[in-house]
Amino acid sequence: MLSAAIMEKKVNVRPPVGPREPLSAPNPHRLPSRVAREDEHLLVAAAKRGDAAAFEELVSRYEGKIFRLTMNITRNREDAEDAMQDAFLKSYSHLKDFQEDSRFYTWLVRIAANEALMRLRKRRPNQFSLDEPIEGEDDLMPLQLEDWGPSPEQRFAQTEMRTILNSVIDTLEPDFRVVFVLRDIEELSTEETARALGISIPAVKSRLLRARLKLRQKLNHYFRQGTTN
Amino acid sequence: MNCKGVIREISNYLDGELELSVRQELERHLEHCDDCRMTVDQTRLTVEIFCDEEPVELPADVKSRLHDALQRKIKSKTN
Repeated sequence: MLSAAIMEKKVNVRPPVGPREPLSAPNPHRLPSRVAREDEHLLVAAAKRGDAAAFEELVSRYEGKIFRLTMNITRNREDAEDAMQDAFLKSYSHLKDFQEDSRFYTWLVRIAANEALMRLRKRRPNQFSLDEPIEGEDDLMPLQLEDWGPSPEQRFAQTEMRTILNSVIDTLEPDFRVVFVLRDIEELSTEETARALGISIPAVKSRLLRARLKLRQKLNHYFRQGTTN
Repeated sequence: MNCKGVIREISNYLDGELELSVRQELERHLEHCDDCRMTVDQTRLTVEIFCDEEPVELPADVKSRLHDALQRKIKSKTN
């Protein structure tokens, strides 16, 4: 069976972690995706032909990432689970409509993001609107600048670090958070993010800038030198 | 370019989306502005830390419900 043959061929695509680039050097952080394995299109083709095991392999491969995505958007476990489940079921139902002009994972992320957004809007109708005009630039300047020292994240254990990241992303306004999650965690391009959210490219860029600056500001509380909590 | 201009372009700079002349102007500012250099470095690190976050392991009960629902869907499609 094709899917079984594909499943045996596991490819480790995570790039090796090298030394950090010198500070302030031009260093676009965007790297080739870590999730698009070279056999993804074979699994998709097999699933389209009705090979259910191939689709289940795709689900197993991406369920952790899609759950993280829906959790990051909804910040509610029940909604996140429902959104993830519906995303996989819808992608199965509509697999024949997937044109393969993008990666399957990107297509799946768009479906999952929409499912999560729908639930977020339902739960917080007054707090979330991607249609709101972009605010001015007066709020952009950093309020606190303190030295973080080298590799501040390494001062924390992995679980501690996850708690910190969860708590800071939780405080981000939903319309900034959604853009940050799609661009910087799920690694969608600006164009893909704009298409997934139905907003303009300048709106994506503006919200991403604000999200990054706000998160830096919030991490400052944990990372500034001399801080041990 | 002044400090406000650097902050406005941080995202584009980190993503490598600035035109060469603008990038050079921004980097000239960074050479003599400690505050902006720190902001750029810390913003880059912020993105890297989130970008490196590992996917969560799906809790067993969530995984089981997902795969049950999928099996039902597959069965209903093949029947």
